[in-house]
Parts: sequence; structure tokens; C-alpha cells
Amino acid sequence: MGKLTIGCFSSLVGSMSLDFAIKLSEAAVKKGHEVDLWLSGNGTMLGKKGQGKFRDYSYLMGTVKELINSGKFKITNCEACAKARGIGREDTEEGFGIASMDWYLASAFGTDRVLHIGGE
Amino acid sequence: MAIKKIAFIVEKLPYKSETSRLALTHAIASQTVEIHLEDGDNVEPVLIFVGEGVLNCLKEQKALDMYGVTSLEMHIKNALLLDLKVLVCKEDLDTFGLTEDSIVMDAEEIGGEVTTEVVPYDEIQKNLESADHLMFF
Repeated sequence: MGKLTIGCFSSLVGSMSLDFAIKLSEAAVKKGHEVDLWLSGNGTMLGKKGQGKFRDYSYLMGTVKELINSGKFKITNCEACAKARGIGREDTEEGFGIASMDWYLASAFGTDRVLHIGGE
Repeated sequence: MAIKKIAFIVEKLPYKSETSRLALTHAIASQTVEIHLEDGDNVEPVLIFVGEGVLNCLKEQKALDMYGVTSLEMHIKNALLLDLKVLVCKEDLDTFGLTEDSIVMDAEEIGGEVTTEVVPYDEIQKNLESADHLMFF
């Protein structure tokens, strides 16, 4: 089985790129692959606690929790990007990692494929 | 022991979005990636400006005065100070009527020894082909 590293810099609401990244992660994990998902820029919103579930807006936390529980999925917020948006450790959902940007590069170092979605 | 080359390709305008800034900060983060890797392993970054992305390299940026944020110029100088390879597409500079005099070519004033390389697209293509991973910003 392989490993996929995804970097996503797009916002949870206002773009569908995060939705795509989670769908792809789900498909990869179901096939037995490992996935590292790096969230930077507005992508760090995905880890915010207390998100509302409305039918007009994307809500991905349910799928994200299932992926985390699979043991084959690591999701990590860029510490500086999140902090700049007022999202600290205490505001972040359990299971999310928080790291500096070198975490993403290290993941890219050891992966089979990188899919980088650099933001809008 | 392995070295993986990662190309950070900047093709977006400065200050319109956060994108090009994140390209620079991620490329610079390669300087500390070793703490996550096995001994002898490392990442070799190359920072490439193409298309509208070459406008990130303009000199005399006033972002700190206008927006209160660090300029892309300052980040490029930091990248040069840290010996990152910085390539700028010559054809794209020509398209905007820019020359080496218009862009950040060195970081001498802060002790940098490496300089920006203005190169034809063929040279950029070679760097893309030799990279293990491409990250488009």
C-alpha cells in the first residue's frame, strides 16, 4: 500500500477544494493507503471546533473523525496560519496535529505522491 | 540517506491572495525539515517564479508601510540569505517589460551570498523535470 500527502490551502467555506481533499483521502484510506493532510492558510479552518452543520455549507468533521479513527490518516494544521486566524490548540478539534511548515515538507519527503492544492 | 528536490512554483500575483507568501514561507521551512527526518536525509528546495508570479520579485515593495505586513521582497531576500536556489523566468520578465534591475537579485545587505538567477524557460523546465515533487502556488 502507498502513502499520499495532500496539502490544501483553501478555505472550508468559500471553496470546494477541501471537500475534494477529504473525498480523495476517504477513497485512499478505504483502499488501504495512508494519507497525510496538511492544512495551511485558510485551510486551517477545517480544524476549528464548534462548526455548525447547515445544508447550504460544507460540513466535513464527521468524515474527518472517521478518517482519524481509521489510524491511516494524519491531519495537521499549520501552527502559524491557524494562530493568525485566532485558532489555537484549545480551539482545535481533537485528533488534529499542529505543526510548523517543515512537517509538510517532511511528509512530502517520505511519500509516494504529493497533491498540492495551493489555494485560490 | 536521500535528498528529495521540491520545486515551489509561484505563478500568482503578490498581495492579491496569501498564496505566494505561503510559497516562500514553505520553501524557507525546508531549512528546518531535518528535525523530522533520518540522519542524512534532507529536502533540496528550488523556488521558481513564472508568469504573473515574477511580479513577486519586484524591488522597493512597500507592504510594511501600506499593509503592515512583511513584503515578498523581504521573504525573497531571506530565501537568498539561506542559500535557496531562486529562479525567475526570463521570458515572463520580458513580457512585463522587466529586467534584472527591476527585481530582487541579491541579499547582500543582510549577508546573503547567493543571487537570483534569471533563466530561460528551458532551464526552468529542466528543474521541474528533475524535481521529486512540484508544489504550485
